[in-house]
Order: sequence, then C-alpha cells, then structure tokens
Amino acid sequence: MSQAQKSFIADVVKNYGKARHRLMDIALDVQAQYACISDESAKIMADELGIPFVEVIDMVSFYYFLSREPKGKSIVRLSNSVVDKMSGMEAVAKAFEDAVGIPFGSTTSDGAITLEYTSDIGMCDQAPAALVNGMVMTKLCPEDVPGIVDSLKKGKPPGAVAKDEARPDAQVDLNLIQQGPVIFAPVERGVALRAAVNKSPEEVIEEVTKSGLRGRGGAGFPTGMKLNFCRKAKGAEHFVICNADEGEPGTFKDRVVLTEVPDLLFEGMTIAGYAIGAREGLVYLRGEYDYLRGYLEKVLSRRRHLGLLGENIAGKEGFNFDIRIQMGAGAYVCGEESSLIESLEGKRGAPRDRPPFPVTKGYMNQPSSVNNVETLCCVSRIMEKGADWFKSMGTKDSTGTKLLSVSGDCKHPGVYEVEFGIVVDEFLKLVGAEDAQAIQIGGPSGNCIAPKDFGRKICFEDIPTGGSMIVFGEKRDMLQVVREFTEFFIEESCGWCAPCRVGPTLLLRMLDKVIEGRGTKADLKELENLGSTIKTMSRCGLGQTAANPVLTTLQNLPEIYRSKIGKEEFVPSFQIDKALAEGIGIAGREPVWEEEL
Amino acid sequence: MSNGKITIYVDDVEVTTEPGTAIMEACDEAGIYIPRLCYHKDLIPAGHCRVCTIKVNGKPTNACTFPTQEGLVVENNTEEMNEFRRHIIEMLFVEGNHICPYCEKQGNCELQALAYRLGMTAPTYPYLYPKIEVDASHPDVYIDRNRCVLCGRCVRASRDLDGKSVFGFDGRGRQKRIAVNAEHTLSETQLAAADRAAEICPTGSIVIKRTAYSVPYGKRLYDKEPIGSDIEQKAKS
Repeated sequence: MSQAQKSFIADVVKNYGKARHRLMDIALDVQAQYACISDESAKIMADELGIPFVEVIDMVSFYYFLSREPKGKSIVRLSNSVVDKMSGMEAVAKAFEDAVGIPFGSTTSDGAITLEYTSDIGMCDQAPAALVNGMVMTKLCPEDVPGIVDSLKKGKPPGAVAKDEARPDAQVDLNLIQQGPVIFAPVERGVALRAAVNKSPEEVIEEVTKSGLRGRGGAGFPTGMKLNFCRKAKGAEHFVICNADEGEPGTFKDRVVLTEVPDLLFEGMTIAGYAIGAREGLVYLRGEYDYLRGYLEKVLSRRRHLGLLGENIAGKEGFNFDIRIQMGAGAYVCGEESSLIESLEGKRGAPRDRPPFPVTKGYMNQPSSVNNVETLCCVSRIMEKGADWFKSMGTKDSTGTKLLSVSGDCKHPGVYEVEFGIVVDEFLKLVGAEDAQAIQIGGPSGNCIAPKDFGRKICFEDIPTGGSMIVFGEKRDMLQVVREFTEFFIEESCGWCAPCRVGPTLLLRMLDKVIEGRGTKADLKELENLGSTIKTMSRCGLGQTAANPVLTTLQNLPEIYRSKIGKEEFVPSFQIDKALAEGIGIAGREPVWEEEL
Repeated sequence: MSNGKITIYVDDVEVTTEPGTAIMEACDEAGIYIPRLCYHKDLIPAGHCRVCTIKVNGKPTNACTFPTQEGLVVENNTEEMNEFRRHIIEMLFVEGNHICPYCEKQGNCELQALAYRLGMTAPTYPYLYPKIEVDASHPDVYIDRNRCVLCGRCVRASRDLDGKSVFGFDGRGRQKRIAVNAEHTLSETQLAAADRAAEICPTGSIVIKRTAYSVPYGKRLYDKEPIGSDIEQKAKS
C-alpha cells in the first residue's frame, strides 16, 4: 500500500476523533477519494481504529452505496421501483445500455461509467428518476439519455446545474400540491422553541401527550408517551434521533419537508431534546438525499448563528443542544428504528431484539427517542399553537394532519397535507384518480386495497399509513405489481434472520408459478401459509411485512389470482422440459423416451 | 410471589423464575424445551434463526432474549408454532446445499436433529442451489459455507469467548455469508482448532479436520435421543 493512501486514511480517521461509531463517515470519505473501499483501505481503517479487519468488511459489505470493488468514475443509479417502471423506466434503461454499451449491473472496461439499478429514491412523483453521480435527475425519457451519457464521458455534470444558493442543488420538482395548517403553514424560526423553553420539560411532554400526536412513520406510537419513557430512562446521555430515511417505495414527503420547512423539523428536534434532556440530536438522512445535505447544513448553521442551537438556546440558561446529520448509504432496512441506530453507530444496519427498546437503550446504549421527520414537525407546531388546536383536526384517535406522498396512475402526483380521517374515495377525487382499480396504502409493507374498501378512512383506527399512496389504474397487471414488491423485499432483506432472508425468494417462486398459469388452489393456500410464516417469525418490521404484497392482495384482490388458476388439483413446480433444456442444447438432440423405443 | 420470584405460564405449566431471566433460560431450568438453533448457552443471544419464536401474551417473539415478567402467558409446544418452526428449518435446508447422508456432522447436527424432531421428512420448498465455495485452506479446520445457516455462533464465539474476531458477516440478504478476518482465506487468520469458534457450529459448516468419524454413524448424540431430550430430562428427575 502506498504511503499516501495510508496517511490520507489515517487523517480521515483522525478527523472523526478515531471514533469507532463514525465508521460510516470514514468509509464514505475513503470511498470518495479512492472510488471504493479496497481491502487495503479497509485494513488501514481497521488498524487506525484498532478494530478487526472483518468488522470493517462486515459494515462496508452491507450498504449498496459502499463498494469494495472499484466502480466507474461516473455512476448511474436508475431507480427501479414499481412507479418508475409504470412511467417508462425500462425504455430509459435500454437507452442507457445502448448509449454506454454495457448492461445494467456492470462497469465499462475503461472504468468510466457504471450502470446499476437502485430501489426507490424518493422521486415517484416525477418518475422515472435516477441518481447520476449522486445528483437527482427526474422525469427521464429515452431521448435525454445520449446527452447525459455524452456529458459523463466528457467528465461534465450531466444536467444543467441550478445555482440558487438558498435551494438544494438538484433538478427536483417540489410537487407540494396541498398545503395544510400543521406542516406547511408559514414557519417563524424560534417561536415554537421559545414557547417550549418557557415551560418545564414535563409540561412540554404533557402538552404533546394532550395533543394525541402519534408517530407518523406508520406504527402510530403515542409521541408524548415515547418522550416520557425516554426522559425517565436512566442514562449518562439522552439522544433525539430523527428518522429521515424514508425508503418505503412511493414515499417522498420528507423530501418536501426537508426542502420547504427544515426549520420546523430542527425546531421540533430541539424541543424534543429539551423535553427528554438531550444534548445531541442526530438526523439520519438517507443516502439518496445526499443532494439535500449541504442545504440542510446551511440551515443548521444559520440556527446556530441565531442562538437556536448551541449553548443556552433561546435564552434558556443551561439548555445546550446541537444537531448532526448522519448520512445513510442505501439500505431500506435502516428505516427500522433499531437498524437505524446500529447504522448510526457505524455498523451494518441489522435490527436489534426488543426489549430493550431504544427509549431505554438506544444509540450508544443510551435512552434515545427515534421519531419520524413529520412527527417532530408536529411537535414544533403543537408548541406554537397548542394541543387543543392540534386536536381539533383529524379523528379521535388520529389527531392532526397527515402528509401523503401520492404517485402512480393519477392526474396530480405529489405531496398532500390532509386531515386524518379522509375517506379513500374523497382522496382519489382530490388526486384525480377516480378510475383506480387498487391503491397501495403505506407502500409495499402496507395494504393493497380494492374499490370495495374505498369507503374506508385513512387514520390509525381504520387504514393506517406512513404516507406512501400508490394508485393503480384499471389497466395495470396487479400480479406484476405484487411480483415487483416481493422482489423489492428480497433485495432489501438484511439477511440477519432466516424467515426474511429466505422466505420472500420462495414466495416469488410460488408466485411465478401462478403468473405462468401453472398454479392451483393448493398453491394459493401455500402462498398464504408461507406468507404467514414470514410475517409471524421474522425479527423486525421489514420481515414481518415482506409478505404483505402477497397477503393483502390475496385478501383484497382475490380475482387476480383466481383468474390464473386452472382446474387441476396438482401441478408440480418441477418442469422436466425446462430442466432438460440445457442438456438438450448441449447434446444437440432430443431425448429418446422409453415408449418410443 | 415470595423471594422476589415470579411465575410465567408456558403451555399451562407454571414456571417460577427470577424476573428478567430470558424465557428460554427459565424454561430450560424448568425442563421445558423450546426448539432453538442459533442459541448457545455460552453466547450472547442474537436472534438469527427465529426457531425459538414463541407467543407471549399472543404476540410472537423470540424466547432467547425476551425477559420474563410476572404472569406472562407463553405458547411454545403448539401445533401452530411447531409448524412455523418446521417451515424455517425447511427454508434453511433449501437455502444451502446440504449433504446429510455423507456429512461429517450427521447425527451430531442440530439442524438435522431439529428437522427430525419437528417432523420434517424432506423440504417441501424448492431448492435454491446457491453456488458457494469451500475454504479448506486452514490446516486444522475447514469452513464449508454450503452448510452454513448463518446462525452467527462462530462470530460471537470468536469475538466474545476466544477474543479473536476470526469471523464476521459479509453482504446482506441471500448473499450474506460468513466472512473471515483476512483478505482471502481462513488459513490467514488466528483461528486454532482448540478455539470455541471451531467447535461451536451447529451444522457441518465449520468442522475440525481429522475428527469427523471417530464416532460412527448411528452412535452419535442425536441418533440416540431427539434434540432437547437433555433439557426435558430435568422435568422428569
């Protein structure tokens, strides 16, 4: 290894205080310099940190955006979510393959360009989309591709770079269609925070509890209760953690929040910090949103300048709090709170067993409150306008408003802030999708519902959602949709536990048998059994919901399966013709069957 | 209850224990066997295999880490849970490339023994036939990832018992494998045949060389009695 490499990496490690838990940042910096984390680099990192080499490999090999092998100078990551495919992604992919001359999943021999697919990048309202050298490009069509590839070959940025200092640097449409009173009302910096520090921390928690606020990630845990548990838990430090890793296909609301009202979020985090007695807050920002990082850092430094972060915040003697942004590196499972904490600690994003819950043992084994971006924004607004005001919106058990990320077959995709309790039919009118055959509520891990349920309400009491709403028009092949979603879970399983690591692959095989028209009634029963095993036996929320695309459509859209089922009692999954095909190809002749002799 | 002890109810049997003890441990003490694969009494539980999943007050969770509290109602040896467990064992068989009839570990293999105990004859799922290489570079120990169930026992044993961290994980999802603490092969690591990590594998994935057939087939641990019998003996005595 070269001396230069050694001293560069040693400096990087030193910059992060030689702290083991900053391994993600160290890895990202090393990769930025050397285009990958080679075994040599990993060795130096391990030595500098005083940890085994295999621990570095363990972490680096987990994340899609970290690579042990050199990749191209330019990397095109084309998002391959269902909505991208519905919007013409495949033609765009073909255009890239033609223009670059290699298939997806490979790098040109001169090391110039890598083409690869990636899971949903939070741009379903402007699909198909791609990350080109980390820069977001949206609404791609095949005609755009030769120009992009040409720029990359010449080492130029792929698109026109907008240079508005006050905005994130990307070609992303905002698509904020409906602004509501909680999240997207005008934000005046410091107002909510000053209201909070005029109360005692207990009173702040009391007000949040009174508001009925529940976690916006989808699970709906009462936020006041979480803050209270965390405050009361013993620990040398307490942490506020914001989950900005929205990875559920079809969701992008946090992107719009982070772009439009970052101050509302940071203020909410600061208030939560005051409430639980934390000195540090961490934003775990998904790697796909790297383009927002610089912009968010600016917002943070402005808040420091204004005395809204740092020491004696908002004039409150002894209240010290600051926020750090931690980048993720492409792993859906890190949206699961315990995986997120592992990732924050610079490890692979594998979930933890619970109990203990993060509120007692979270980040660095200290009490931690992990909250969704939207939830923390609500906390801020509750301080500003009061619990009663908040409670006056929504339903009894789902107070306030909800952000919905709407995509798919509708006239107006984008972000909507609606009151909880909106009826699905009403929602469909709002977004211009009256002819929907199904809606995926809460993304693949949620529930796929058919018109018979369009009279139901969106709220925790009826159909809960983290916010992803994908609309499927009359002509969509829903079995293909189920297939795509199942593939997504196969891609994103962390592999820690057996049912989630293996189960979805088997589910896909069974599903394919049905799609190919060789399924029987017994196969549908088997799909249900296997789905139920995956749901019951998996370790975390990812595995427990990985069979939902199959299970919820079996329940709500049974006709899509029935129409494919024949009358036979049993059709073997083994196909002799298929099994022999390769041999026949090699031998160059058909087999001679016994009865023909 | 007196002495600060508490009672939980496992399939209607009362089990008395210290509060906070893992359910698995409390049941082991009481002579109730909860099937398990990645668990080992000398290691910190890690919740990989999910075979020990039980229902606690109706909610599925793993017995190896869940702490006892007064009055918990546990469903363990039920048809429902055993069927789920059998599905997981089947998954582990089709996920790898297992060679039971001539495997060195046969009869001592916990995966095979669990399959027998849970009533699996042959997997009903299709084999996935992954392409996996064998590492026999080490003079005294080989690692054959074809037979690995990713229970992570070797990882924990090497790190926590041997203090060596010879093993780790590599990759994710179905591409997840056991990694070794070296750029290439096991021979470059500090692993010794006397290490706990070398003998703690529940299957034939990590095997100490030249020891395999010292006990003939038919006379091995699980040839004599089903897995878990040692624990169940306690209830009888």
